[in-house]
Amino acid sequence: MPVLSYREAIRAALREELARDENVVVMGEEVAQFNGAYKVTEGLLKEFGPRRVVDTPISEAGFIGVGIGASMLGIRPVMELMFWSFSYVAFDQIVNNAGNIRYMSGGLINCPIVIRGPANGGTNVGATHSHTPEAILASHPGIKVVCPATPYDAKGLMKAAIRDNDPVYVMENTILYNDKGEVPDEDYIVPLGSADVKRVGADLTIVAHGRAVLTSLKAAEILEKEHGVSVEVVDLRSIRPLDEATVLASVRKTHRVLLVEENKPFCGVDAQLAYLIQAKAFDDLDAPIGRVSSIDAPQIYCKPLEDIQIPNPARVVEGALKVLA
Amino acid sequence: MAKPNALTHPESLKRPPGPSAYAKDPANARLSKADKIRLYTQMARIRHFEQRCIRTYQQGKIGGFLHLYVGQEAIAVGTLSVLGKDDHLITGYRDHGHALMVGMDMNSCMAELQGKATGCSKGKGGSMHYFAPDKNYWGGHGIVGGQAPLGAGIAYALKHKGLKGCCLTYMGDGAVNQGAVHEAYNLAALWDIPVIFVIENNGYSMGTSQERSTAHPGSLAQRAEGYGMDWDLVNGHDLYEVRAKTAAAVRRAHEKSRPTVLEIFTYRYFGHSMSDPDKTYRDKEEIKDYRENKDPIKLWEKALLEEGVLDAAKVAAINEAAMDEAEKAAAFADASPYPEPSAITQDIYWEEDNRGPKTTSRGTIIFGD
Repeated sequence: MPVLSYREAIRAALREELARDENVVVMGEEVAQFNGAYKVTEGLLKEFGPRRVVDTPISEAGFIGVGIGASMLGIRPVMELMFWSFSYVAFDQIVNNAGNIRYMSGGLINCPIVIRGPANGGTNVGATHSHTPEAILASHPGIKVVCPATPYDAKGLMKAAIRDNDPVYVMENTILYNDKGEVPDEDYIVPLGSADVKRVGADLTIVAHGRAVLTSLKAAEILEKEHGVSVEVVDLRSIRPLDEATVLASVRKTHRVLLVEENKPFCGVDAQLAYLIQAKAFDDLDAPIGRVSSIDAPQIYCKPLEDIQIPNPARVVEGALKVLA
Repeated sequence: MAKPNALTHPESLKRPPGPSAYAKDPANARLSKADKIRLYTQMARIRHFEQRCIRTYQQGKIGGFLHLYVGQEAIAVGTLSVLGKDDHLITGYRDHGHALMVGMDMNSCMAELQGKATGCSKGKGGSMHYFAPDKNYWGGHGIVGGQAPLGAGIAYALKHKGLKGCCLTYMGDGAVNQGAVHEAYNLAALWDIPVIFVIENNGYSMGTSQERSTAHPGSLAQRAEGYGMDWDLVNGHDLYEVRAKTAAAVRRAHEKSRPTVLEIFTYRYFGHSMSDPDKTYRDKEEIKDYRENKDPIKLWEKALLEEGVLDAAKVAAINEAAMDEAEKAAAFADASPYPEPSAITQDIYWEEDNRGPKTTSRGTIIFGD
């Protein structure tokens, strides 16, 4: 099977969907001539031309609103945000318009738009460029949010998102863009709302999404080697819709849970998961649910401290041992 | 405030209302007698619908906001009457007039105000959120100026699909200071998008007059020059003028794929919404002057009487029929049921409402307690 980077996997999804459907349009700052701020869209302008791959001015509320308006008429815009942090200047369009129009029209209209781009800290760029808004956005009914952790999932989720008839917000991660993995050449999708057990284990379930999955997998190795603990790692892949069944099945098997995310703790994705697990699997738990998230402060610039602020394998191991105690 | 001049007011607003200089414009010369009567009927229907809404609101049957269109009828009727089959529209929250003009029926519009299941949005949108995509009408939007980029996007899609259409994108004078509007202007001009931004300038953004809200010495439309867009000023009390100048903008969109900003001068007779007591920011004399001397329906009626198209009996019959239609719509709304509680969680996601082997979503998407 071909090995692609996370970046190349997303690009492959965009290329295949651009070729498959004339209505797919890629739009965003620097996506065309510049080949993408993070080179995800490299070569697409050359292959598909300026009608399908469109550079926008720095004008997020404007161009995302244009994409939403176009999507109501059946265009399938894939909008790149250079950082999801920039979505905050387009919040009215992203939430009020894309998220509510179907409901307010009594189901007469739908917005098949994808908004994608990196949403992560850990890159030493300070608070304004390090937001992880998956929980904020997923808290709005009408919106879907996915966070791929691997090249395979990135391609499959992106293709599913583009074919989906609702607004889907894909949160990538700049630190993962160079990560490599096996990605099939053939057409496939990863359905939204399907979690994936990335490592099978017996003693503890770790639930994570995005880069926190990879951090958790590293922690699981350490836990096995140094502490003799068998850890199962469930990758949510999709925040909304949410694969409750896979999470609960793992909890019922291991009876202990650690939730790991790169979000800040207050009202994060894990707050919802902790509620879900205690409500539906209380009798299966042998210990209180544990949690490791980013330290609750605006993202710090200082690199050595930022590496502590975001969950790292050492913090995940420490959190796991508490749940196992 | 600067003295009215060519950059701030349409020529026709500088003198007392009289015969329209635009009656013989090609856009109007082609109107048959029946067409002219139909335009009158549409304006009368909007006015009587809105007046019936006031009663329903006062009866406590309409919750939330109710922004009335009374006084502004010639804009929706004039602008929309020149559109063709591939032309679309989107507007803000003062959206009833446009809805009736594109052919949404009074019953479903009235029922929506009461939150009934028979409403045009099944009771999920309310006054500010009417939609009729089958009639090229994309809402009905509650956030001031938020629809401007959407309108540019609709026109962008028409162009992408190779259709010769445009999108009329309406907003009030209060919207012109929103960032999203300026971003939409820039993109429309930059990308040659066939969109027409229509500023319905009724003089007040809620209770704040233009001179207290807008740092521009000329007209609101003149700001288009900063983006290299064409613009025009329109007397919104004169249906002939509204049609003529809109038709020119539509031609520009169709033939050159270029945007336009039209600023149409108008006046609302009631407060910003029903919750505005309308006592603090404008005086009664001003309202009286507009009602008596510049009312767009009265002026159109006068023109058609003078042209011999209408007579007093016909005027009475049209108004009676419109009143009757509004009355029946109110009765229909009263008699309609509220939606079932299960409706709360429907119409959120297309994929959920149509879930099957081909849909892309699994898992839980609507969450319980």
